[in-house]
Amino acid sequence: MGRLKSTIIIAFPFYLLSLVARRRICYFITIIILSIFSENMGIQKTYEEINEKIRAGKAVVLTAEEVSQMALTASPEEIAEKVDVVTTATFGAMCSSGAFINFGHASPPIRMEKIRLNGVPVYEGLAAVDSYIGATACDPENPKYGGAHVIQDLIDGKDIELEAWGKGTDCYPRKYIKTVINKNTVNEIFLFNPRNAYQNYNVAVNSTPQIKYTYMGSLLPNMRNATYSTSGELSPLLNDPELRTIGLGTRIFLGGTQGFVVWPGTQFNTSKPKNEFGVPVSNSATLAVIGNLKEMSSEFIQAAYYEKYGVSMFVGIGIPIPVLDAEIAKRVSIRNEQIETTVLDYGVEGSPALGRVNYAQLRSGKIEVQGKKVRTAPVSSLSKARKIADILKKQIQEGKFEITKPVQMFPTNTSLQVLKEVKGGES
Amino acid sequence: MRKKRYILKFPPQSGDKPLSYHLVRDYDIRINILKAEVRPGKTGSLVLELEGTKENLKLGIQYLEDNQVSCEPLDKKIHWKQERCINCGNCTAVCFTGALVMDPKNWELKFDPDKCIVCELCVPACPLNLFAIDFRE
Repeated sequence: MGRLKSTIIIAFPFYLLSLVARRRICYFITIIILSIFSENMGIQKTYEEINEKIRAGKAVVLTAEEVSQMALTASPEEIAEKVDVVTTATFGAMCSSGAFINFGHASPPIRMEKIRLNGVPVYEGLAAVDSYIGATACDPENPKYGGAHVIQDLIDGKDIELEAWGKGTDCYPRKYIKTVINKNTVNEIFLFNPRNAYQNYNVAVNSTPQIKYTYMGSLLPNMRNATYSTSGELSPLLNDPELRTIGLGTRIFLGGTQGFVVWPGTQFNTSKPKNEFGVPVSNSATLAVIGNLKEMSSEFIQAAYYEKYGVSMFVGIGIPIPVLDAEIAKRVSIRNEQIETTVLDYGVEGSPALGRVNYAQLRSGKIEVQGKKVRTAPVSSLSKARKIADILKKQIQEGKFEITKPVQMFPTNTSLQVLKEVKGGES
Repeated sequence: MRKKRYILKFPPQSGDKPLSYHLVRDYDIRINILKAEVRPGKTGSLVLELEGTKENLKLGIQYLEDNQVSCEPLDKKIHWKQERCINCGNCTAVCFTGALVMDPKNWELKFDPDKCIVCELCVPACPLNLFAIDFRE
Protein backbone atom coordinates (compact mmCIF):
# COMPACT_ATOMS: atom_id res chain seq x y z
CA MET A 1 0.00 0.00 0.00
CA GLY A 2 3.07 2.28 -0.01
CA ARG A 3 2.29 3.28 -3.58
CA LEU A 4 -1.30 4.18 -2.66
CA LYS A 5 -0.07 6.47 0.12
CA SER A 6 2.48 8.27 -2.04
CA THR A 7 -0.05 8.65 -4.85
CA ILE A 8 -2.51 10.33 -2.47
CA ILE A 9 0.24 12.56 -1.10
CA ILE A 10 1.15 13.67 -4.64
CA ALA A 11 -2.41 13.94 -5.96
CA PHE A 12 -4.05 15.64 -2.95
CA PRO A 13 -2.36 19.11 -3.24
CA PHE A 14 -3.39 19.29 -6.91
CA TYR A 15 -6.95 18.37 -5.96
CA LEU A 16 -6.99 21.10 -3.26
CA LEU A 17 -5.55 23.60 -5.72
CA SER A 18 -8.21 22.69 -8.26
CA LEU A 19 -10.86 23.39 -5.61
CA VAL A 20 -9.31 26.48 -4.04
CA ALA A 21 -7.72 28.15 -7.08
CA ARG A 22 -10.35 26.82 -9.45
CA ARG A 23 -7.67 25.95 -11.95
CA ARG A 24 -8.96 23.32 -14.34
CA ILE A 25 -5.39 22.20 -15.12
CA CYS A 26 -4.93 21.11 -11.48
CA TYR A 27 -8.06 19.01 -11.71
CA PHE A 28 -6.73 17.27 -14.81
CA ILE A 29 -3.36 16.63 -13.18
CA THR A 30 -5.20 14.94 -10.28
CA ILE A 31 -7.05 12.70 -12.69
CA ILE A 32 -3.84 11.79 -14.54
CA ILE A 33 -2.00 10.89 -11.32
CA LEU A 34 -4.89 8.74 -10.15
CA SER A 35 -5.18 6.97 -13.49
CA ILE A 36 -1.43 6.21 -13.54
CA PHE A 37 -1.82 4.87 -10.01
CA SER A 38 -4.70 2.59 -10.92
CA GLU A 39 -2.85 1.26 -13.98
CA ASN A 40 0.27 0.48 -11.99
CA MET A 41 -1.56 -1.17 -9.15
CA GLY A 42 -3.89 -3.09 -11.41
CA ILE A 43 -5.81 -5.99 -10.08
CA GLN A 44 -4.51 -8.03 -7.17
CA LYS A 45 -6.12 -11.31 -6.18
CA THR A 46 -5.27 -13.65 -3.34
CA TYR A 47 -5.26 -17.44 -3.40
CA GLU A 48 -8.17 -17.41 -0.96
CA GLU A 49 -10.24 -15.04 -3.09
CA ILE A 50 -9.76 -17.33 -6.09
CA ASN A 51 -10.59 -20.41 -4.00
CA GLU A 52 -13.80 -18.76 -2.81
CA LYS A 53 -14.78 -18.31 -6.45
CA ILE A 54 -13.84 -21.94 -7.18
CA ARG A 55 -15.97 -23.16 -4.27
CA ALA A 56 -18.87 -21.03 -5.49
CA GLY A 57 -18.46 -22.49 -8.99
CA LYS A 58 -17.76 -18.98 -10.33
CA ALA A 59 -14.06 -19.16 -11.15
CA VAL A 60 -13.10 -18.30 -14.72
CA VAL A 61 -10.65 -20.95 -15.90
CA LEU A 62 -8.81 -21.09 -19.23
CA THR A 63 -6.13 -23.41 -20.53
CA ALA A 64 -2.73 -21.87 -21.26
CA GLU A 65 -3.42 -22.20 -25.00
CA GLU A 66 -6.77 -20.44 -24.66
CA VAL A 67 -5.29 -17.58 -22.66
CA SER A 68 -2.51 -17.16 -25.24
CA GLN A 69 -5.21 -16.70 -27.88
CA MET A 70 -7.11 -14.29 -25.63
CA ALA A 71 -3.92 -12.25 -25.20
CA LEU A 72 -3.88 -11.45 -28.92
CA THR A 73 -6.73 -9.01 -28.25
CA ALA A 74 -6.68 -8.46 -24.47
CA SER A 75 -4.10 -6.71 -22.28
CA PRO A 76 -2.52 -8.44 -19.27
CA GLU A 77 -4.62 -6.13 -17.04
CA GLU A 78 -7.84 -7.22 -18.72
CA ILE A 79 -6.80 -10.89 -18.50
CA ALA A 80 -5.96 -10.50 -14.80
CA GLU A 81 -9.39 -9.01 -14.25
CA LYS A 82 -11.34 -11.61 -16.20
CA VAL A 83 -9.39 -14.85 -15.67
CA ASP A 84 -8.81 -16.54 -12.30
CA VAL A 85 -6.89 -19.70 -13.12
CA VAL A 86 -4.93 -20.94 -16.14
CA THR A 87 -4.31 -24.66 -16.54
CA THR A 88 -1.04 -25.99 -17.94
CA ALA A 89 -0.05 -29.56 -18.73
CA THR A 90 2.56 -31.91 -20.12
CA PHE A 91 2.72 -35.59 -21.04
CA GLY A 92 6.25 -36.68 -21.75
CA ALA A 93 8.80 -39.35 -20.93
CA MET A 94 10.28 -38.52 -17.53
CA CYS A 95 13.02 -40.98 -16.65
CA SER A 96 13.53 -39.74 -13.10
CA SER A 97 10.31 -41.25 -11.76
CA GLY A 98 9.37 -44.11 -9.50
CA ALA A 99 7.14 -45.38 -6.73
CA PHE A 100 7.52 -46.23 -3.06
CA ILE A 101 5.75 -49.41 -2.02
CA ASN A 102 5.15 -51.24 1.26
CA PHE A 103 4.40 -54.92 0.74
CA GLY A 104 3.12 -55.71 4.26
CA HIS A 105 4.71 -58.35 6.50
CA ALA A 106 4.46 -62.07 5.82
CA SER A 107 4.34 -64.67 8.57
CA PRO A 108 7.04 -65.56 9.43
CA PRO A 109 8.46 -62.16 8.45
CA ILE A 110 11.38 -61.49 6.12
CA ARG A 111 13.86 -58.62 5.94
CA MET A 112 13.88 -58.21 2.15
CA GLU A 113 17.50 -57.69 1.11
CA LYS A 114 17.07 -58.47 -2.57
CA ILE A 115 13.70 -57.92 -4.25
CA ARG A 116 12.31 -58.65 -7.72
CA LEU A 117 8.91 -57.58 -9.08
CA ASN A 118 8.10 -59.53 -12.26
CA GLY A 119 11.84 -60.07 -12.43
CA VAL A 120 12.66 -56.34 -12.26
CA PRO A 121 15.15 -55.40 -9.53
CA VAL A 122 13.72 -52.88 -7.07
CA TYR A 123 15.44 -51.09 -4.19
CA GLU A 124 16.19 -53.23 -1.15
CA GLY A 125 17.81 -50.73 1.20
CA LEU A 126 14.64 -49.52 2.96
CA ALA A 127 13.71 -51.38 6.15
CA ALA A 128 12.18 -54.86 5.83
CA VAL A 129 9.26 -54.54 3.41
CA ASP A 130 9.55 -51.01 1.97
CA SER A 131 10.92 -50.57 -1.51
CA TYR A 132 11.31 -48.08 -4.33
CA ILE A 133 10.50 -49.08 -7.88
CA GLY A 134 12.69 -46.98 -10.14
CA ALA A 135 11.01 -46.38 -13.50
CA THR A 136 14.18 -47.16 -15.47
CA ALA A 137 15.16 -50.31 -13.52
CA CYS A 138 15.32 -53.55 -15.49
CA ASP A 139 16.79 -57.02 -15.61
CA PRO A 140 19.50 -56.84 -18.32
CA GLU A 141 18.23 -60.22 -19.56
CA ASN A 142 14.82 -58.68 -20.26
CA PRO A 143 15.55 -55.01 -21.02
CA LYS A 144 12.18 -54.17 -22.57
CA TYR A 145 10.17 -54.70 -19.36
CA GLY A 146 11.26 -52.43 -16.54
CA GLY A 147 10.20 -50.57 -13.43
CA ALA A 148 7.85 -48.32 -15.41
CA HIS A 149 6.04 -51.42 -16.71
CA VAL A 150 5.72 -52.76 -13.16
CA ILE A 151 4.27 -49.38 -12.10
CA GLN A 152 1.80 -49.38 -15.00
CA ASP A 153 0.75 -52.98 -14.26
CA LEU A 154 0.20 -52.02 -10.60
CA ILE A 155 -1.97 -49.06 -11.65
CA ASP A 156 -3.96 -51.39 -13.92
CA GLY A 157 -4.62 -53.71 -10.97
CA LYS A 158 -2.61 -56.57 -12.48
CA ASP A 159 -0.98 -59.28 -10.38
CA ILE A 160 2.79 -58.94 -10.00
CA GLU A 161 5.15 -61.70 -8.94
CA LEU A 162 7.15 -60.71 -5.86
CA GLU A 163 10.30 -62.62 -5.07
CA ALA A 164 12.54 -61.60 -2.17
CA TRP A 165 15.56 -62.88 -0.33
CA GLY A 166 17.00 -62.10 3.13
CA LYS A 167 19.85 -63.50 5.20
CA GLY A 168 17.50 -64.32 8.09
CA THR A 169 17.77 -62.48 11.41
CA ASP A 170 16.47 -63.12 14.93
CA CYS A 171 13.51 -60.81 14.32
CA TYR A 172 13.12 -61.63 10.60
CA PRO A 173 13.91 -65.35 10.40
CA ARG A 174 12.64 -65.98 6.88
CA LYS A 175 15.16 -66.17 4.03
CA TYR A 176 13.00 -66.38 0.93
CA ILE A 177 9.50 -65.58 -0.25
CA LYS A 178 7.76 -65.89 -3.61
CA THR A 179 4.21 -64.65 -3.91
CA VAL A 180 1.84 -62.50 -5.92
CA ILE A 181 0.86 -58.91 -5.09
CA ASN A 182 -1.33 -56.24 -6.64
CA LYS A 183 -2.35 -52.71 -5.67
CA ASN A 184 -5.08 -53.99 -3.36
CA THR A 185 -2.88 -56.42 -1.40
CA VAL A 186 -0.12 -53.94 -0.52
CA ASN A 187 -0.26 -51.14 2.05
CA GLU A 188 0.90 -47.97 0.31
CA ILE A 189 2.11 -47.23 -3.19
CA PHE A 190 2.86 -43.64 -4.01
CA LEU A 191 4.56 -42.18 -7.01
CA PHE A 192 7.52 -40.04 -5.99
CA ASN A 193 9.26 -38.61 -9.02
CA PRO A 194 12.50 -36.75 -8.23
CA ARG A 195 12.66 -34.84 -11.53
CA ASN A 196 9.60 -34.11 -13.67
CA ALA A 197 8.11 -31.30 -15.74
CA TYR A 198 11.36 -29.84 -17.05
CA GLN A 199 11.11 -26.14 -17.75
CA ASN A 200 11.89 -26.24 -21.47
CA TYR A 201 14.03 -28.89 -23.14
CA ASN A 202 16.52 -28.90 -25.97
CA VAL A 203 15.93 -30.06 -29.53
CA ALA A 204 17.91 -33.15 -30.55
CA VAL A 205 19.64 -33.68 -33.91
CA ASN A 206 22.38 -36.02 -35.09
CA SER A 207 25.05 -34.75 -37.50
CA THR A 208 26.92 -38.07 -37.82
CA PRO A 209 26.48 -40.58 -40.67
CA GLN A 210 25.05 -43.20 -38.25
CA ILE A 211 21.57 -43.38 -36.71
CA LYS A 212 21.61 -42.60 -32.96
CA TYR A 213 19.18 -44.20 -30.55
CA THR A 214 18.40 -41.80 -27.68
CA TYR A 215 15.74 -40.91 -25.13
CA MET A 216 14.82 -38.19 -27.64
CA GLY A 217 13.89 -40.93 -30.09
CA SER A 218 15.77 -42.39 -33.06
CA LEU A 219 17.86 -39.62 -34.59
CA LEU A 220 18.45 -40.14 -38.30
CA PRO A 221 21.93 -39.56 -39.76
CA ASN A 222 23.10 -36.27 -41.26
CA MET A 223 20.43 -34.24 -39.43
CA ARG A 224 17.54 -35.78 -41.32
CA ASN A 225 15.28 -35.21 -38.34
CA ALA A 226 15.03 -33.13 -35.18
CA THR A 227 13.00 -34.05 -32.10
CA TYR A 228 11.57 -31.82 -29.38
CA SER A 229 9.82 -32.63 -26.15
CA THR A 230 7.78 -29.98 -24.39
CA SER A 231 4.19 -28.88 -24.84
CA GLY A 232 5.37 -25.32 -25.60
CA GLU A 233 2.89 -22.63 -24.59
CA LEU A 234 0.92 -25.26 -22.63
CA SER A 235 3.94 -26.44 -20.62
CA PRO A 236 3.67 -25.76 -16.84
CA LEU A 237 6.98 -24.12 -15.97
CA LEU A 238 7.10 -22.09 -19.20
CA ASN A 239 3.92 -20.34 -18.05
CA ASP A 240 5.38 -19.41 -14.67
CA PRO A 241 9.06 -18.99 -15.54
CA GLU A 242 9.97 -17.32 -12.24
CA LEU A 243 7.99 -19.93 -10.25
CA ARG A 244 5.95 -17.22 -8.55
CA THR A 245 2.98 -19.53 -7.95
CA ILE A 246 4.53 -23.01 -8.05
CA GLY A 247 6.40 -24.17 -4.97
CA LEU A 248 6.46 -26.63 -2.12
CA GLY A 249 2.92 -27.88 -1.53
CA THR A 250 1.34 -26.85 -4.85
CA ARG A 251 -1.56 -29.19 -5.61
CA ILE A 252 -1.32 -30.60 -9.14
CA PHE A 253 -2.85 -33.14 -11.49
CA LEU A 254 -0.57 -36.18 -11.46
CA GLY A 255 -1.21 -39.36 -13.42
CA GLY A 256 -4.98 -38.98 -13.25
CA THR A 257 -5.33 -37.97 -9.59
CA GLN A 258 -4.43 -35.05 -7.35
CA GLY A 259 -0.78 -34.91 -6.36
CA PHE A 260 1.62 -32.36 -4.98
CA VAL A 261 4.85 -30.58 -5.74
CA VAL A 262 7.14 -31.52 -2.85
CA TRP A 263 10.55 -30.09 -3.68
CA PRO A 264 12.53 -28.48 -6.46
CA GLY A 265 13.32 -31.37 -8.79
CA THR A 266 16.85 -32.72 -9.14
CA GLN A 267 19.09 -30.72 -11.49
CA PHE A 268 16.95 -27.65 -10.64
CA ASN A 269 18.77 -24.86 -12.40
CA THR A 270 17.76 -21.21 -12.38
CA SER A 271 20.97 -19.89 -13.98
CA LYS A 272 20.22 -20.73 -17.62
CA PRO A 273 20.13 -17.80 -20.07
CA LYS A 274 16.69 -16.33 -20.74
CA ASN A 275 15.32 -14.72 -23.88
CA GLU A 276 13.64 -11.31 -24.20
CA PHE A 277 10.34 -12.81 -23.00
CA GLY A 278 11.91 -14.06 -19.77
CA VAL A 279 11.88 -17.74 -20.74
CA PRO A 280 14.99 -19.89 -20.31
CA VAL A 281 16.26 -21.09 -23.69
CA SER A 282 17.21 -24.61 -22.54
CA ASN A 283 16.24 -27.07 -19.80
CA SER A 284 16.31 -25.34 -16.42
CA ALA A 285 13.88 -25.69 -13.47
CA THR A 286 12.32 -29.06 -12.55
CA LEU A 287 9.82 -30.39 -10.00
CA ALA A 288 9.76 -33.30 -7.56
CA VAL A 289 6.19 -34.56 -7.32
CA ILE A 290 4.20 -37.04 -5.28
CA GLY A 291 0.80 -38.72 -5.56
CA ASN A 292 -1.21 -41.81 -4.62
CA LEU A 293 -0.54 -44.47 -7.26
CA LYS A 294 -3.63 -46.44 -6.26
CA GLU A 295 -5.79 -43.59 -7.61
CA MET A 296 -3.88 -43.13 -10.86
CA SER A 297 -4.82 -44.23 -14.35
CA SER A 298 -2.60 -45.76 -17.03
CA GLU A 299 -4.19 -43.28 -19.39
CA PHE A 300 -1.85 -40.74 -17.79
CA ILE A 301 1.08 -42.95 -16.75
CA GLN A 302 2.58 -45.02 -19.56
CA ALA A 303 5.61 -47.27 -19.54
CA ALA A 304 7.95 -46.84 -22.50
CA TYR A 305 10.95 -48.58 -23.99
CA TYR A 306 13.38 -46.76 -26.24
CA GLU A 307 15.40 -48.85 -28.66
CA LYS A 308 19.01 -49.27 -27.51
CA TYR A 309 18.40 -46.82 -24.66
CA GLY A 310 16.11 -48.45 -22.13
CA VAL A 311 12.95 -48.06 -20.11
CA SER A 312 11.30 -44.74 -19.27
CA MET A 313 7.88 -43.56 -18.22
CA PHE A 314 5.44 -41.05 -19.69
CA VAL A 315 4.00 -38.96 -16.86
CA GLY A 316 0.93 -36.77 -17.16
CA ILE A 317 1.17 -33.56 -15.12
CA GLY A 318 -1.22 -30.62 -14.98
CA ILE A 319 -0.54 -27.47 -12.95
CA PRO A 320 -3.05 -24.68 -12.30
CA ILE A 321 -1.62 -21.18 -12.27
CA PRO A 322 -3.65 -18.61 -10.34
CA VAL A 323 -3.78 -15.27 -12.14
CA LEU A 324 -2.96 -13.14 -9.11
CA ASP A 325 -2.00 -10.01 -11.04
CA ALA A 326 -1.23 -8.57 -14.46
CA GLU A 327 2.36 -9.77 -14.34
CA ILE A 328 1.23 -13.40 -14.03
CA ALA A 329 -1.40 -12.77 -16.72
CA LYS A 330 1.39 -11.62 -19.00
CA ARG A 331 3.47 -14.74 -18.25
CA VAL A 332 0.65 -17.23 -18.93
CA SER A 333 -0.11 -15.42 -22.21
CA ILE A 334 3.23 -16.51 -23.69
CA ARG A 335 2.95 -17.94 -27.20
CA ASN A 336 4.91 -20.66 -29.01
CA GLU A 337 6.78 -18.15 -31.16
CA GLN A 338 8.05 -16.43 -27.99
CA ILE A 339 9.41 -19.63 -26.43
CA GLU A 340 12.82 -20.56 -27.74
CA THR A 341 15.00 -23.57 -27.18
CA THR A 342 18.48 -24.76 -28.13
CA VAL A 343 19.29 -27.32 -30.82
CA LEU A 344 21.88 -29.84 -29.60
CA ASP A 345 23.86 -32.34 -31.64
CA TYR A 346 23.36 -35.68 -29.87
CA GLY A 347 25.71 -37.41 -32.31
CA VAL A 348 28.78 -35.58 -31.01
CA GLU A 349 30.33 -35.96 -27.56
CA GLY A 350 29.35 -33.07 -25.30
CA SER A 351 26.24 -32.37 -27.43
CA PRO A 352 27.36 -28.99 -28.85
CA ALA A 353 24.68 -26.34 -29.47
CA LEU A 354 23.92 -25.73 -33.15
CA GLY A 355 21.38 -22.95 -32.88
CA ARG A 356 18.17 -21.66 -31.41
CA VAL A 357 14.58 -22.16 -32.62
CA ASN A 358 11.13 -21.38 -31.28
CA TYR A 359 8.16 -23.69 -30.73
CA ALA A 360 6.08 -22.22 -33.55
CA GLN A 361 8.88 -23.24 -35.93
CA LEU A 362 9.16 -26.68 -34.31
CA ARG A 363 5.42 -27.27 -34.66
CA SER A 364 5.46 -26.14 -38.31
CA GLY A 365 7.27 -29.39 -39.16
CA LYS A 366 10.54 -27.83 -40.32
CA ILE A 367 13.34 -25.87 -38.71
CA GLU A 368 16.56 -24.50 -40.09
CA VAL A 369 19.77 -25.67 -38.44
CA GLN A 370 23.04 -24.17 -39.71
CA GLY A 371 21.42 -23.31 -43.01
CA LYS A 372 19.90 -26.77 -43.49
CA LYS A 373 16.15 -27.48 -43.44
CA VAL A 374 15.46 -30.24 -40.93
CA ARG A 375 12.18 -32.11 -40.46
CA THR A 376 10.86 -31.96 -36.87
CA ALA A 377 8.90 -34.43 -34.76
CA PRO A 378 7.58 -34.22 -31.22
CA VAL A 379 8.42 -36.94 -28.70
CA SER A 380 5.94 -35.87 -26.01
CA SER A 381 2.19 -36.00 -26.54
CA LEU A 382 0.52 -32.64 -27.07
CA SER A 383 -2.90 -34.25 -27.51
CA LYS A 384 -2.62 -35.87 -24.05
CA ALA A 385 -1.31 -32.65 -22.52
CA ARG A 386 -4.34 -30.83 -23.94
CA LYS A 387 -6.61 -33.48 -22.49
CA ILE A 388 -5.02 -33.04 -19.05
CA ALA A 389 -5.33 -29.23 -19.24
CA ASP A 390 -9.01 -29.63 -20.15
CA ILE A 391 -9.70 -32.12 -17.33
CA LEU A 392 -8.00 -29.85 -14.81
CA LYS A 393 -9.96 -26.86 -16.12
CA LYS A 394 -13.23 -28.74 -15.70
CA GLN A 395 -12.31 -29.92 -12.19
CA ILE A 396 -11.56 -26.36 -11.12
CA GLN A 397 -14.75 -25.02 -12.74
CA GLU A 398 -16.76 -27.65 -10.88
CA GLY A 399 -15.14 -26.79 -7.55
CA LYS A 400 -13.37 -30.15 -7.27
CA PHE A 401 -9.84 -28.80 -7.42
CA GLU A 402 -8.65 -25.86 -5.36
CA ILE A 403 -5.43 -23.95 -5.86
CA THR A 404 -2.74 -23.92 -3.19
CA LYS A 405 -0.49 -21.18 -1.94
CA PRO A 406 2.99 -22.72 -1.74
CA VAL A 407 4.25 -23.39 1.79
CA GLN A 408 7.68 -22.33 0.61
CA MET A 409 9.00 -20.92 -2.65
CA PHE A 410 11.89 -22.53 -4.51
CA PRO A 411 15.43 -21.17 -4.65
CA THR A 412 16.21 -18.59 -7.33
CA ASN A 413 19.99 -18.88 -7.53
CA THR A 414 20.87 -22.47 -8.28
CA SER A 415 23.22 -23.90 -10.88
CA LEU A 416 24.48 -27.39 -11.66
CA GLN A 417 27.51 -29.27 -10.42
CA VAL A 418 29.33 -31.61 -12.74
CA LEU A 419 30.70 -34.95 -11.58
CA LYS A 420 34.46 -34.55 -11.32
CA GLU A 421 36.68 -37.55 -11.54
CA VAL A 422 39.07 -37.55 -8.60
CA LYS A 423 41.83 -40.12 -8.42
CA GLY A 424 40.74 -42.64 -5.81
CA GLY A 425 42.55 -42.46 -2.49
CA GLU A 426 45.47 -40.47 -3.87
CA SER A 427 44.55 -36.95 -2.86
CA MET B 1 -4.03 -46.38 -64.87
CA ARG B 2 -3.80 -47.65 -61.31
CA LYS B 3 -1.00 -47.55 -58.82
CA LYS B 4 -0.68 -49.98 -55.96
CA ARG B 5 1.98 -51.24 -53.59
CA TYR B 6 2.69 -54.89 -53.05
CA ILE B 7 4.95 -57.10 -51.01
CA LEU B 8 6.35 -59.89 -53.13
CA LYS B 9 7.71 -63.07 -51.57
CA PHE B 10 10.06 -65.18 -53.67
CA PRO B 11 10.71 -68.86 -53.12
CA PRO B 12 14.43 -69.75 -52.93
CA GLN B 13 14.55 -71.13 -56.52
CA SER B 14 12.96 -68.19 -58.29
CA GLY B 15 15.78 -65.71 -57.82
CA ASP B 16 17.22 -66.47 -61.28
CA LYS B 17 14.09 -65.60 -63.29
CA PRO B 18 13.83 -62.06 -64.73
CA LEU B 19 10.27 -61.63 -63.44
CA SER B 20 10.27 -57.85 -63.43
CA TYR B 21 11.46 -57.81 -67.05
CA HIS B 22 8.36 -59.81 -68.02
CA LEU B 23 6.10 -57.56 -65.97
CA VAL B 24 7.37 -54.58 -67.93
CA ARG B 25 7.53 -56.15 -71.40
CA ASP B 26 4.51 -58.43 -71.41
CA TYR B 27 2.11 -56.51 -69.19
CA ASP B 28 3.24 -52.90 -69.64
CA ILE B 29 3.54 -52.36 -65.90
CA ARG B 30 5.68 -49.56 -64.51
CA ILE B 31 7.71 -50.78 -61.56
CA ASN B 32 9.16 -48.76 -58.73
CA ILE B 33 11.27 -50.84 -56.36
CA LEU B 34 10.86 -49.47 -52.85
CA LYS B 35 12.68 -52.15 -50.94
CA ALA B 36 14.51 -55.32 -51.93
CA GLU B 37 15.85 -58.26 -50.00
CA VAL B 38 16.89 -60.79 -52.61
CA ARG B 39 19.61 -63.31 -51.83
CA PRO B 40 20.23 -66.19 -54.22
CA GLY B 41 19.16 -69.54 -52.83
CA LYS B 42 17.08 -67.97 -50.04
CA THR B 43 13.55 -66.62 -49.65
CA GLY B 44 13.51 -63.06 -50.91
CA SER B 45 11.11 -60.15 -50.63
CA LEU B 46 10.44 -57.08 -52.71
CA VAL B 47 8.33 -54.07 -51.97
CA LEU B 48 7.07 -52.77 -55.31
CA GLU B 49 4.87 -50.02 -56.54
CA LEU B 50 3.10 -51.27 -59.67
CA GLU B 51 1.40 -48.95 -62.11
CA GLY B 52 -0.68 -50.11 -65.07
CA THR B 53 -4.19 -50.68 -66.35
CA LYS B 54 -6.53 -52.65 -64.10
CA GLU B 55 -6.47 -55.60 -66.49
CA ASN B 56 -2.68 -55.60 -66.91
CA LEU B 57 -2.11 -55.40 -63.14
CA LYS B 58 -4.40 -58.37 -62.65
CA LEU B 59 -2.61 -60.39 -65.33
CA GLY B 60 0.81 -59.37 -64.08
CA ILE B 61 0.04 -60.46 -60.56
CA GLN B 62 -1.38 -63.69 -61.92
CA TYR B 63 1.90 -64.20 -63.78
CA LEU B 64 3.89 -63.69 -60.57
CA GLU B 65 1.71 -66.07 -58.62
CA ASP B 66 2.03 -68.68 -61.39
CA ASN B 67 5.77 -68.46 -60.73
CA GLN B 68 5.32 -69.18 -56.99
CA VAL B 69 5.77 -65.51 -56.00
CA SER B 70 3.23 -64.47 -53.41
CA CYS B 71 1.84 -61.01 -53.95
CA GLU B 72 0.01 -59.13 -51.23
CA PRO B 73 -1.19 -55.55 -51.05
CA LEU B 74 1.07 -53.61 -48.69
CA ASP B 75 -1.62 -52.03 -46.54
CA LYS B 76 -2.68 -55.39 -45.17
CA LYS B 77 0.78 -56.08 -43.79
CA ILE B 78 1.15 -53.22 -41.33
CA HIS B 79 -0.57 -53.32 -37.98
CA TRP B 80 -0.83 -50.33 -35.66
CA LYS B 81 -2.56 -50.71 -32.33
CA GLN B 82 -4.24 -47.32 -32.58
CA GLU B 83 -6.33 -47.70 -29.43
CA ARG B 84 -3.19 -47.77 -27.28
CA CYS B 85 -1.38 -44.96 -29.13
CA ILE B 86 -0.49 -41.98 -26.92
CA ASN B 87 0.31 -39.74 -29.93
CA CYS B 88 3.82 -38.98 -28.74
CA GLY B 89 5.20 -38.59 -32.26
CA ASN B 90 8.34 -40.74 -31.94
CA CYS B 91 7.40 -42.77 -35.04
CA THR B 92 6.94 -39.64 -37.15
CA ALA B 93 10.56 -38.73 -36.42
CA VAL B 94 11.84 -41.71 -38.41
CA CYS B 95 9.13 -41.94 -41.06
CA PHE B 96 10.88 -40.13 -43.91
CA THR B 97 8.20 -41.01 -46.51
CA GLY B 98 5.54 -39.13 -44.54
CA ALA B 99 3.26 -42.15 -44.04
CA LEU B 100 3.16 -41.38 -40.31
CA VAL B 101 2.49 -37.73 -39.54
CA MET B 102 0.99 -35.70 -36.71
CA ASP B 103 -2.27 -33.99 -37.56
CA PRO B 104 -1.38 -30.31 -37.03
CA LYS B 105 -4.84 -29.57 -35.62
CA ASN B 106 -5.37 -32.17 -32.91
CA TRP B 107 -1.79 -33.52 -32.81
CA GLU B 108 -2.93 -37.10 -33.20
CA LEU B 109 -1.07 -39.61 -35.32
CA LYS B 110 -2.24 -40.19 -38.88
CA PHE B 111 -1.13 -43.23 -40.88
CA ASP B 112 -1.32 -43.26 -44.67
CA PRO B 113 -0.56 -46.82 -45.87
CA ASP B 114 -0.17 -45.60 -49.45
CA LYS B 115 2.98 -43.73 -48.49
CA CYS B 116 4.50 -46.58 -46.44
CA ILE B 117 7.42 -48.42 -47.97
CA VAL B 118 7.83 -50.88 -45.08
CA CYS B 119 11.23 -49.55 -44.07
CA GLU B 120 10.31 -50.80 -40.58
CA LEU B 121 12.01 -47.91 -38.78
CA CYS B 122 8.77 -47.18 -36.90
CA VAL B 123 8.76 -50.63 -35.31
CA PRO B 124 11.66 -50.03 -32.91
CA ALA B 125 10.97 -46.26 -32.74
CA CYS B 126 7.60 -46.68 -31.01
CA PRO B 127 8.22 -46.59 -27.24
CA LEU B 128 5.01 -48.55 -26.67
CA ASN B 129 5.84 -51.16 -29.32
CA LEU B 130 2.54 -50.67 -31.16
CA PHE B 131 3.70 -51.38 -34.72
CA ALA B 132 3.93 -54.85 -36.17
CA ILE B 133 4.74 -55.84 -39.73
CA ASP B 134 3.39 -59.18 -40.74
CA PHE B 135 5.70 -60.98 -43.12
CA ARG B 136 4.21 -64.42 -42.67
CA GLU B 137 3.37 -66.32 -45.82
